[in-house]
Amino acid sequence: MTAPTEIPALTIAQVREGLAKRHFSAEELAREALAFAEAENPKTNAYLHFSPERAIAAARRVDEKLARGEDPGPLAGVPVAVKDVIVTQGVRSTAGSKLLANYIPPYDATAVIRLEQAGGVILGKANCDEFAMGSSNENSAFGPVRNPVDLERVPGGSSGGPAAAVAQGTAVVALGSDTGGSIRQPASFCGVVGVTPTYGRVSRYGLIAFASSLDHIGPFGRNVRDAATLLQAIAGRDELDSTSAFAPVPDYAALLNGAVRGTKIGLPREYFKGLASETGDLVTRGVEVLKRLGCEVREISLPHTDYAIGAYYIICTAEASSNLARFDGVRYTFRSADSATLSDMYRNTRGEGFGAECKRRIMLGTYVLSAGYYDAYYLKAQKVRHLIARDFSEAFREVDAIVTPVSPFPAFKLGEKLDDPLAMYLSDIYTITGDLAGIPCMSVPCGKTAGGLPVGMQILTKHFDEPGMFRLADAFEKAGGFGG
Amino acid sequence: MILSETQVRYVADLANLRLTEDEVRRMAADLGEVLTHMEKLNELDTSAVEPMAQVLYQAEETATWREDRERPGLGSEVATANAPLAGAGFFKVPKVIER
Repeated sequence: MTAPTEIPALTIAQVREGLAKRHFSAEELAREALAFAEAENPKTNAYLHFSPERAIAAARRVDEKLARGEDPGPLAGVPVAVKDVIVTQGVRSTAGSKLLANYIPPYDATAVIRLEQAGGVILGKANCDEFAMGSSNENSAFGPVRNPVDLERVPGGSSGGPAAAVAQGTAVVALGSDTGGSIRQPASFCGVVGVTPTYGRVSRYGLIAFASSLDHIGPFGRNVRDAATLLQAIAGRDELDSTSAFAPVPDYAALLNGAVRGTKIGLPREYFKGLASETGDLVTRGVEVLKRLGCEVREISLPHTDYAIGAYYIICTAEASSNLARFDGVRYTFRSADSATLSDMYRNTRGEGFGAECKRRIMLGTYVLSAGYYDAYYLKAQKVRHLIARDFSEAFREVDAIVTPVSPFPAFKLGEKLDDPLAMYLSDIYTITGDLAGIPCMSVPCGKTAGGLPVGMQILTKHFDEPGMFRLADAFEKAGGFGG
Repeated sequence: MILSETQVRYVADLANLRLTEDEVRRMAADLGEVLTHMEKLNELDTSAVEPMAQVLYQAEETATWREDRERPGLGSEVATANAPLAGAGFFKVPKVIER
């Protein structure tokens, strides 16, 4: 059996080898990983709750397949954390909201079904900002997550729990969701790999909706190969999500061949101007590593970058105000205690149930969609979104990949930015553009500040070019030695 | 841009959201600040630009059609299991029509 000290550093390859050589069974690993995660979790609050019965059942299915000599799947026995906005049948799924504190979903998300079919073992549900709205994980109704690298600092958000679990070693890989940077930003703050795949690459069936034209499910890992392996297992067309793409899913891991010489990389000048900070220095050093690997680096322009925050926060709040209308006290567990009329019940339930940030976004979204304002805000934002997406498609005629920072700064202290919503929104500048364009993008660790805080480098490629993105990130990780 | 407390109350009403007096004051300031930032979009002439509602890919018109076959539903007992108040397979809510 593996020693508990090894658990926090396990990779998918090590789990596979351990099972093949009978160093441990999947059930033994699941029990040890659960015990370790439950003991470590109070430090960070990364998990909201554990699912031991489901984990042991999944591990036993892997062991039975192994005993029969069958292929147990690419994620066989791998301990996984799942962000709590992704529903799990029979296992509480709260979306970080008081409104869903007791919600037991009657069905599984497609991504959950697929990762278990691939042999994955879900240890529990990971903390997040309420309904995935936030950049620090401080908007969870069940308390913030602390960054395992520095417990006084935020892990980023909204997928702070999944990122922290992978960094802390209480999960090998994790599922998160990303609408404006909610996978990449926490990955960069916690020093792990986080991937937002092409829009439509992974089914959102069973993802509690925030902004449907922007929502993605994607993987976290301690290295590029593990994140790619998890994406492989969950990607592909699903008839239960009509926006999921038909494009065949390539073998991502097999394409990690290090062949990056001659890759044309663009550095958008709008992303680097005024980035005189340790973050900027580290990303610039990362670009030097890419040059040494034989990549051709040139400056490019994404001229509409400055309009991205405005367009994004109009579109995402408009869609959120519509998606969150369903939480009205009728179907989903929480209802205000004393309301004489139906109308009062709706109002009081929502007033008591939603946290401050959700209310702010519902209000913004309702305002921009209200009579007389639709054209000025929502329609205008959709047009600007088109310009931003066009910036990228024009850039990808010149270059194969775009490299940028993930966040203007590393992990900040808890409470530091909580009172300034606009400042928090503005910090999403480097990540929201990839979501608006729907292209694949990821954060890969590129070193630490003098104070020991991780910094991530973002790689973006064109629609469905996850292989090119992973190949570059994998070569960078191996050359830089930044991986876990 | 400044949002009045009357406007905030009107929008909260549209959103079916009960706000406390404190929240109304705070919301007027917060929303005003964010909406001011959003006005930046007016610098761009978008008269010749198509709105982008969704990231779409080329596919046959019928590609998203699925086979029309019967599939079991959840059943009313399971579907109402998370309701705060349910009975006889229905969601229960406060009385809507007064007699």
